[in-house]
Amino acid sequence: MSRMAATRDGYGDALLALAGNPKVVVLEADLGKSTKSLHFRKAHPERTVSCGIGEQNMLLVGAGLASSGYIPFASTFAIFTERAFEQMRNGVARPNLAVHLCGSHGGTHTGTDGSSAQSIEDLAIYRTLPNVVVMHPCDDVSTKALTMQLPELGSPSYMRTARNKTPVLYDGRESEIKIGKGIVVKEGTDVAIIACGVLVHEAMVAAESLESQGVSTTVVDMHTLKPLDTELIDKLAKSCGAIVTAEDHSIIGGLGGAVAEHLITTNPIPMERIGVKDRFGESAGSDEMLEMMELKSQHISDAAKKAIARKV
Amino acid sequence: MNITELEEMARKCRVEICKMVHRAQAGHPGGSLSEIDILCALYGSRLRVQPDNPDWEDRDRFILSKGHASPGMYAVLAEMGFISHADLETYRVKGGVCQGHVDMKWCPGVDFSAGSLGMGLSYGMGCAIAAKLDGSSRNAYVMVGDGEIQEGSIWEAAMAAAHHELGNLKLFLDCNRIQNDDFCETQMRMFDIPAKWNSFGWAVKVIDGHNMSEIVSAIEWMDSITDKPAVVIANTVKGKGVSYMEDNPAFHGAAPSDEQLAIALSELGVNA
Ligand SMILES: Cc1ncc(C[n+]2csc(CCOP(=O)(O)OP(=O)(O)O)c2C)c(N)n1
Ligand SMILES: [Mg+2]
Repeated sequence: MSRMAATRDGYGDALLALAGNPKVVVLEADLGKSTKSLHFRKAHPERTVSCGIGEQNMLLVGAGLASSGYIPFASTFAIFTERAFEQMRNGVARPNLAVHLCGSHGGTHTGTDGSSAQSIEDLAIYRTLPNVVVMHPCDDVSTKALTMQLPELGSPSYMRTARNKTPVLYDGRESEIKIGKGIVVKEGTDVAIIACGVLVHEAMVAAESLESQGVSTTVVDMHTLKPLDTELIDKLAKSCGAIVTAEDHSIIGGLGGAVAEHLITTNPIPMERIGVKDRFGESAGSDEMLEMMELKSQHISDAAKKAIARKV
Repeated sequence: MNITELEEMARKCRVEICKMVHRAQAGHPGGSLSEIDILCALYGSRLRVQPDNPDWEDRDRFILSKGHASPGMYAVLAEMGFISHADLETYRVKGGVCQGHVDMKWCPGVDFSAGSLGMGLSYGMGCAIAAKLDGSSRNAYVMVGDGEIQEGSIWEAAMAAAHHELGNLKLFLDCNRIQNDDFCETQMRMFDIPAKWNSFGWAVKVIDGHNMSEIVSAIEWMDSITDKPAVVIANTVKGKGVSYMEDNPAFHGAAPSDEQLAIALSELGVNA
């Protein structure tokens, strides 16, 4: 069994590792214990700005810091970043100020807190903002590696992390992880499953089951939704001829939307999308939620068969 | 209900709060225990509601804006007969009426789906305006936390409610001095809270939020104010009634262990 970890811990580790850069500052909105910026706060209180429970203020304080040569990392729950969406749009993205926003506890996977806490639209909304890089890594190693690259980015970013633990994929493979480059975690020729976040593991399990039924399956961890790795997608469209996307996010506008928007202009092959079907969640355990929302491995493998059957 | 009965209702609710959070091994005991005396006083002595007709159009509204403190709300709704005591076992359980945060689509008697801080006062203002348009004498009561008033939207609502002279909008502020990560003093100092509300044009009263007769008189005082919105600022203790939770930021959002539950129940007068 692989090591289990929560991606939010990778974020916390990365902030601490970045602290050697005196320009790095951390902004909190009373959820540092949860997003894991608390480690940085403990080590560097002088470079940590508590904004109280005030997400809108936090985003624009970040913009001011970024304009003054600092590298601000702001975090709260994914859902509460949305409170400051317009600040992100007009105060951060429009002037292209490199504020790095992290939304933890994303998706229905966050569980028993219920629908008010389960952000299923964050990836979609941030993806619509020019200049903003959007990421949703699947394990703590890649979360840390991607976060460590942000000071060099020079433009704003949004990263979703998860509250609960999932299997770790990339121990010792940090060097393979680059912003904007999807990772082929398994290669096959009949269908390609493109997943992000907590559903990368479900995609791997689906692939195993498909292989046992004689279906040769590729699995891609598309940790960066924007800029999208279109080169890889075009390659997969050619080599597999059918694609399934999988995300713990609304079926509208997220990874599935991004991939479809691209393919429709280059190579519109059969495609199926796994995601939350335009409804809100409720209180239940992480796995119960994935089951209820039809995001589990069997739903992914069923979708793969459907996509393959649609090939001409 | 008289004062002694209200105090007994609050004690029973505290027991249920501890049991709910323990059963779920998740949730928010601290803010539920700090708010509970006020909730009991309001429901037990004042609120015009009909438990067997929770959607009665002309009911007073109660909006728990700090929706994470839902165990307190559910315990009161069970005491009042809106839901059953068995329903309390569905707290944070798949399909249960007692969702993690109070939700009007799931639980009878809940007037607002909360969970995102800073929303309830604006919603209450809408309810208060509707009551006036209807020519009804019903009131909208809202409860917010002290961390919650750091949200800018609270002050948008505060200014607007005074501008519109909403004498039927009543606010309780649960000042337990603690928010999620730590004490408010560390997270965001708020300086003179009564002066802030005063300067926004509200009628203000400061009370001990665990003294039942003070709470009941404060509610009477609130109801006597009809030309502007009124706020009762209640000094409370987060985790009140359970020794190891009192004034302890760790129990904002953490569940007691089996041993800790046993201690809590014995302190709350439950015989083993
Ligand atoms: C908009 C928003 N930001 C952050 C949170 C996360 N959160 C939940 S409870 C809490 C602390 C609330 O403190 P307070 O209002 O004092 O409540 P109480 O002490 O009564 O529990 C925070 C930050 C939230 N629910 N909503
Ligand atoms: Mg508080």
